[in-house]
Amino acid sequence: MPAFILSRLLQAIPVLLVVGFIAYAMFAFVGDPVQIMLGQDYTEVQRQALIHDLGLDQPFFVQYAKFMWRAVQGEFGISYRLARPVSGLIAERLPATLELSVTATVLSLAVGLPMGVYTAVYRRSWLARGFMVFSLAGISLPTFLTGILLILCFSVGLGWLPSFGRGEVVHIGAWWTTGFLTLSGIKALILPAITLGLFQMTLIMRLVRAEMLEVLRTDYIKFARARGLTDRSIKFGHALRNTMVPVITIVGLQLGMIVAFSLVTETVFQWPGMGLLFIQSVGVADIPVMSAYLLLIAVVFVVINLVVDLLYYAVDPRLRIERSSAQAGR
Amino acid sequence: MSEARAAGRLARALDSDLFYSFRRSPVAVFSAAMALLLVLGAVLAPLIAPHDPFDLVSLNLMDSLLPPAFLDGGEWTFPLGTDNQGRDMLSGIMYGARISLTVGVSAVLFAVIVGTVLGLLAGYAGEAIDALLMRIADVQLTFPAILIALLVDGVIRAAVPRDVHEQIEVYVLIFAIGISRWPQFARTVRGSTLVERNKDYVMAARVIGLSSVRIMLSHILPNVIGPVLVIFTLTLGLAILDEATLSFLGVGLPPTQPSLGTLIRIGNDFLFSGEWWVTIFPGLALVAMVLSINLLGDWLRDALNPRLR
Repeated sequence: MPAFILSRLLQAIPVLLVVGFIAYAMFAFVGDPVQIMLGQDYTEVQRQALIHDLGLDQPFFVQYAKFMWRAVQGEFGISYRLARPVSGLIAERLPATLELSVTATVLSLAVGLPMGVYTAVYRRSWLARGFMVFSLAGISLPTFLTGILLILCFSVGLGWLPSFGRGEVVHIGAWWTTGFLTLSGIKALILPAITLGLFQMTLIMRLVRAEMLEVLRTDYIKFARARGLTDRSIKFGHALRNTMVPVITIVGLQLGMIVAFSLVTETVFQWPGMGLLFIQSVGVADIPVMSAYLLLIAVVFVVINLVVDLLYYAVDPRLRIERSSAQAGR
Repeated sequence: MSEARAAGRLARALDSDLFYSFRRSPVAVFSAAMALLLVLGAVLAPLIAPHDPFDLVSLNLMDSLLPPAFLDGGEWTFPLGTDNQGRDMLSGIMYGARISLTVGVSAVLFAVIVGTVLGLLAGYAGEAIDALLMRIADVQLTFPAILIALLVDGVIRAAVPRDVHEQIEVYVLIFAIGISRWPQFARTVRGSTLVERNKDYVMAARVIGLSSVRIMLSHILPNVIGPVLVIFTLTLGLAILDEATLSFLGVGLPPTQPSLGTLIRIGNDFLFSGEWWVTIFPGLALVAMVLSINLLGDWLRDALNPRLR
């Protein structure tokens, strides 16, 4: 087990280095930071001094190493668009994105899981068929269209829920803000969370259903029946538990998709998170923000992949045996 | 002679297993009909669209934001209503679908070509190249494709001047989406190439002294291209959605070249004033297009899978 964790960690390092390299290359080759920082009037001496101060006269790999070193410490330079340190910009947007993503994930699990179990167990009921049709719609609707439809229904049509912003937020500690503690904050969260979670919800539902149907066909379920266990204990004790293995993997990997599509959701609802910041930066080619976001996302993804691998490893005993025998064979 | 041969080919195609399974599946027939309708509408837009949305002379601001014809105040000249500049929605959607399809298909073709070439190389040209290419693919697959496309688009946006960028935006999008989708094709082709390279016919081709390039392209390629077709269809739906998403986010096609995503973005501004049709109709067209392509892809995957027969 420690060897496994170590090998996964070692695999993650090149990914981060490569992404860091791309982020740095964007810095170095796209646009000219010296030009941007000097503005209109400057002398050649000033220019050379600034180049020296920024360390741009040093060899490429030295600069890259310095960039990565600063990045590790959380320094990404100054946003071209907002003229403020990128780290501060990201820190103040982070809580909004995290709250939205976590709510969407919890929502998709809390609704998707029972729906999947229900459609597998009562396969022929009308409600189950209704769920399946609903899931087909959920999978083919692009995220931004879901958001627009929800706004049209609940904000424009019924006027129940707000269509943009985070509502009233409460400050906790130095830099964390939360919308969970005010009524308007929770109201503002509902539509974006549904928008972001809908695709995941339908995916989890279909996955749980398919896996559960598969498991219900296996021999040990038949044996459990032969032993005279109750229907309830067979379905929820035996079958559901074994359904969870692939579900954990997919849900984990889909967390990455939640992060990616929080970009879209945040744009539709003008949600003041990192995704909206990134989109606004892409529009005006604000490279420091883009590369910081890129690095941050890379870290998030590497961590997610690592955690999923570990969970998988912990949940499925077969994997441990296969892996050790494969290593012995090599 | 050639006519007879073509007729024979058609007869054989109509008699094939694939066509049989197609006829037997109502979902496949329905989605094929829907896809055909949308593609025809898009391809023939300049001929059959009731108005030309790019013809500025024909636009009349008096006609702006008219509701669809079946509502009060609608006119039958504009069956699905008009947008804020008085452009006919139906024609706009037909032209928009044309751009969406063009970008989607070109992007996937680009991904297919890059992915197939690199996949063949990885599978045939030795372990060092294989390891390098597959590591790159692994790193890229760690991230969702839409993020990669967004990033590539953003970098190119930063690197070229604004006025040049507007002219080449279509190609930028094709490149960005294509490059974000190549690893899947490369992996599939590599997998089957690894199987094929050890077969007798490849050995025979090597013995008679054919070059590696020739062996890869004319001997191995035809035998590994089958699964690519299935992924092509499924990726096409995703690529069209990618383009729509980027355009909706405002980093895709500009309003001068509106795709379906751009139309939805424009319509989004009129949501609160009650002009829902400016958003909803392009949205419906997009969903219909993606849904029919996805259903066809699902069917094709099952029909070509020998285990399911």
